[in-house]
Amino acid sequence: MIKIANVSKHYGSFQVLTDCSTSVSKGEVIVVCGPSGSGKSTLIKCVNGLEPFQSGEITVDGTSVGDPKTNLSKLRARVGMVFQNFELFPHMSITENLAIAQVKVLGRKQDEAIDKGLKLLDRVGLKAQAHKFPGQLSGGQQQRVAIARALAMDPICMLFDEPTSALDPEMVNEVLDVMTELAKEGMTMMCVTHEMGFAKRVANRVIFMDQGRIVEDDSKEEFFANPRSERAQQFLAKILHH
Amino acid sequence: MYEFDWSSIPGALPFLWDGMKVTLVITFQAVLIGIVWGTLLAMMRLSPIKALSWFAAGYVNLFRAVPLVMVLLWFFLIVPEFVGQLFNIPRGTDMRLSSAMAGFALFESAYYSEIIRAGIQSVPKGQISAASALGMNYGQAMRLVVLPQAFRNMVPLLLTQGIILFQDTSLVYVSALADFFGAAYKVGDRDGRLVEMLLFAGVVYFVICFSASQLVKRLQKKYSTA
Amino acid sequence: MNYQWNWGVFLQPSASGDDTYLGWMFAGFKMTIGLSLSAWVIALLLGALVGVLRTVPNKVLAGFATAYVEMFRNVPLLVQLFIWYFVLPELLPTSIGDAYKQTNPVMQQFLASMVCLGLFTSARVAEQVRAGINSLPRGQKNAGLALGFTLPQTYRFVMLPMAFRLVVPPLTSEFLNIFKNSAVCSTIGLLELAAQGRQLVDYTAQPFESFIAVTLSYIIINVTVMTLMHKFERRISVPGYIGGK
Repeated sequence: MIKIANVSKHYGSFQVLTDCSTSVSKGEVIVVCGPSGSGKSTLIKCVNGLEPFQSGEITVDGTSVGDPKTNLSKLRARVGMVFQNFELFPHMSITENLAIAQVKVLGRKQDEAIDKGLKLLDRVGLKAQAHKFPGQLSGGQQQRVAIARALAMDPICMLFDEPTSALDPEMVNEVLDVMTELAKEGMTMMCVTHEMGFAKRVANRVIFMDQGRIVEDDSKEEFFANPRSERAQQFLAKILHH
Repeated sequence: MYEFDWSSIPGALPFLWDGMKVTLVITFQAVLIGIVWGTLLAMMRLSPIKALSWFAAGYVNLFRAVPLVMVLLWFFLIVPEFVGQLFNIPRGTDMRLSSAMAGFALFESAYYSEIIRAGIQSVPKGQISAASALGMNYGQAMRLVVLPQAFRNMVPLLLTQGIILFQDTSLVYVSALADFFGAAYKVGDRDGRLVEMLLFAGVVYFVICFSASQLVKRLQKKYSTA
Repeated sequence: MNYQWNWGVFLQPSASGDDTYLGWMFAGFKMTIGLSLSAWVIALLLGALVGVLRTVPNKVLAGFATAYVEMFRNVPLLVQLFIWYFVLPELLPTSIGDAYKQTNPVMQQFLASMVCLGLFTSARVAEQVRAGINSLPRGQKNAGLALGFTLPQTYRFVMLPMAFRLVVPPLTSEFLNIFKNSAVCSTIGLLELAAQGRQLVDYTAQPFESFIAVTLSYIIINVTVMTLMHKFERRISVPGYIGGK
């Protein structure tokens, strides 16, 4: 589904990503973790072309992301993305947030789009909030709406960029529950997150990044039982103590 | 098509420079008075004494509601007469420059006071509490703790306002004063070369203001990283 | 100070005979309003366009927009006005320039004033629009793009509606400025409020009454515009965000 081959990226002389390669097959759930500044958010943003990269190749469902001939908007419409800061559109009601891209990008009819949006809203348990505005919801609720908004586009895979790190601790689980359910239904997912509990429960593989390199790319059993690199051991020791 | 003739510019340069000196004098005195009087107004506005804060609010809102041209006309046509009678100044004394300068300074103070008020309010309230906890009174806390921080934050804005003021001085044209623009207009009118002189004046203003604003930008970058 | 107050002067027939001095003032008032509003339309349209261009990734477009803003910001309004009024007609091809100079002089004054004020203010509006767009969280643009919107769609549906709301308060102050700046146009002979005030001083010999009345008119305009804009701000506020509940 997603193939990342020898991707490197730099801002001026600063190397953000160095020779990253991995792949995600259909139905797989991959967790990407690592210390801050390790390039994990940049890597996931390269997958749908939000961040350009200088060398290497990324293909999603056979389409090359870096190819200037690729229609990136079309590709992004098929790849769902969830952001750290939710990024709902504050000037639109929840219903409008769910419908707008379906109508303007996919060309669906307004009622059809609203129907679909409301169904997904129900699925994330927020049907009662449909008429409200994003600023009136809690962070956890906003993030669940953001997931529903991405799902409304019928994505072939989902990218999560630290979806719980801007949330108050008591709201983390409501979001993780939605993600867990999604994983169980067979959605292809690539998740940048520090939630190791989530990784243990649902991930197929864990990727550990440090200083722009993919240091480990293992099955979760292998990763948690005996991480090979010293950096990953330190990282796990720190994070599991919290 | 129009045929340009720039030949009257070189001969007029000394006269234009005299005009520029008038422009600079008005600018600098207005900036100076504006900052001092503006600071006082801002402190009055924020003071707990109702009468002071109402006076400052009234002053600032009045001057900000009225066009500068109108203020300059007041100070050109009406104030000199009034002041002349009040202090028995002989009729016919040329008070145009001093009157225009006063009008300018009073007008710009209102704008400076708003910048300074925002600057003072940008200093966290905890700073005053901390100063009081150390035993300082309100005046000391303002002078030693709040104002130094406020001015540091405000430097770029105060300078930018100075550039705007420099441009605004051209409006003393309505008081028939020969500032830089007035001088350029006079020369152009005299020699029948208004087109060239106006374009020349435009370029001079642009070069000065653009360079100054680039300098402010650089300063701002230095400040914000420091 | 022995000044003879005479507020009745406004009801006296004016020097032109067919009107009162109050009528003169009202004519000036209408001219100030008409000029400012028409210039404001130009300023909003061009300012929004240039402000957006300053934020686009295309270097040529963004560079053009920056040059536009710098040009209008760094030359005094009075100088710009004189260039529009005295210089531009001379630089037109002779036949067009001569035809223009044959048109109604009031029309020429009004056109020059409107274009001048409009473009001058558009540069300021552009700066506010740019600041509004840049103050949006960066993620909003990414979120729009990630949903499959093209860049123009992202501007249209995601960034501009929100930036527009952020920009209304600073635009209010630009809107107020345009009424105040319109007084500069008295210098080319356009009979707006300030110019009528000067005429009243000359004709009535009652300088205090004349100037107080004109100054009050500006204050009334100022207060009215502020009140209207506050209402407007409340109407467009977003629930849960700036100004909303």
